[in-house]
Amino acid sequence: MTVWAIVRKDLSIELRTGETLSSLLLLALLAILIFAFALDPALLAGADFVAGLLWTTLIFAATLALNRSFLLEHEAGGWTGLALAPVDRGSIYLGKAAANLVLLIVAAALLLPLTAVLVGTTRLAPTPALPVVVLLGVTGISAVGTLFAAIAIRTRAREVLLPLLIFPLLAPLVIAAAKATAGALSGKSFAELRSWLLVLGSFDVIFLTAGWTAFDFVIEE
Amino acid sequence: MNGLDFLAAAYSAIWLIIFAYLLSLWRRSARLERELDELRRGEQPSTRAG
Amino acid sequence: MASRSRPLRDLLPWLTCLAMLAAIYLVFVAAPSEREQGVVQRIFYFHVGAAWMAFAGFALVAIASLWFLARGDRRADRLALANAEVGMLFTTIVLVTGPIWARPVWGVWWTWDPRLTMTVVLWTIYAAYLMLRRLGGGDEALGRYAAVLGIVGALDVPLIIVSIRLWRGIHPAVMLAKEPDAGLKDPTMKIALLVSGLALALLFTWLVSLRMRLQKVDDELARLNLEATPRMR
Repeated sequence: MTVWAIVRKDLSIELRTGETLSSLLLLALLAILIFAFALDPALLAGADFVAGLLWTTLIFAATLALNRSFLLEHEAGGWTGLALAPVDRGSIYLGKAAANLVLLIVAAALLLPLTAVLVGTTRLAPTPALPVVVLLGVTGISAVGTLFAAIAIRTRAREVLLPLLIFPLLAPLVIAAAKATAGALSGKSFAELRSWLLVLGSFDVIFLTAGWTAFDFVIEE
Repeated sequence: MNGLDFLAAAYSAIWLIIFAYLLSLWRRSARLERELDELRRGEQPSTRAG
Repeated sequence: MASRSRPLRDLLPWLTCLAMLAAIYLVFVAAPSEREQGVVQRIFYFHVGAAWMAFAGFALVAIASLWFLARGDRRADRLALANAEVGMLFTTIVLVTGPIWARPVWGVWWTWDPRLTMTVVLWTIYAAYLMLRRLGGGDEALGRYAAVLGIVGALDVPLIIVSIRLWRGIHPAVMLAKEPDAGLKDPTMKIALLVSGLALALLFTWLVSLRMRLQKVDDELARLNLEATPRMR
């Protein structure tokens, strides 16, 4: 199946070079440092802050990584090959989104404990809801980011355009993910986080479907 | 500043924003008309059909 | 199409002016002063009317975008762009009049009130759309890209509404809910609001028609420029 082929291809490139993931992690780490320097470290405690910091840095770093993942293909003329191939456009989207998702999952898995440690929070009470929340959150970022990275890469102002396009759209995701993560770090159960999980789930479904449908209109040459 | 001042500020802002937009439309329209005229005049001497 | 709708199109600016005059009269003269807020409350009529238009514009961008993707009709593309610009104009009006109203009434310029917060997010999506148009380069496909953004943005709106309400719900320390529609008991006030809404709707329509006409000339010019320089390509 094409989706799987694309995922394998992108991930094997990433495994070889590790460029995207390392830049992602490094950027996120630097962002955390900047926050720590700019804000009073005494205030940087508690589940709310860890959650907020995690998602802020994840989104900023993801924006840059997403640009990269499409840039390589665009410059090597890989898009023409993909476009000419008798492949369902929607599958290309899902494949790319899945590959990006894997990267984001790895990044989140590393950043969450890192953030918690750096911020010096001791009184965190993680619950089983935590991985679910994080997974739903990064899926949303990948869904939106992959669609608009494909668009942005085709314009001249691609680096500045991608954040401009996705940050506004990600507003509900940021709210839900941050709040739910903070809750999941404070001992809240699935039942208590129900509303946020619903928002995250709906976001993912809506945007994955939208991306899958819209990709036909994005890759048309 | 009393209530009336705020009221005046609000409605002044509304009209300002609307008129600024109308002005930008008008200026852009004038520029396009000029370019259109230049293009038409430029085409007259040539013997290209259509 | 031009000749059929011409009388209506020419009538539009006059209707708009007429409605505006009626609205202004109602807002400033006929409507009584609100007991608690005083004269400042009169901002509300155009503030709320503009908000209705801001959201209407958003829906129209999405509809025009769908039409464009479905049919490829350039008119739909121009309609989407025009609605985005004018919609953003009205959203700006909401965000400017909001704080001006909030300051004397609540003592602060800004509150993370759900409606105002939602309007900010709406504004940023409008901005993203317009920036895409501006920075996107002269690519033929730009209309399609913008259309995707227009539709996806509209799909996002229900999620934005829900998430922001939940967000504020968790911190109940804020507002007395700003319920502009409730507490409108006086019939003259209700009429003032409706007429204001109508006047702003007419203004919206007129501005969109102007913008579309401008864009048509622009597209025509671009096409002529393309034809005029065959050897340079």
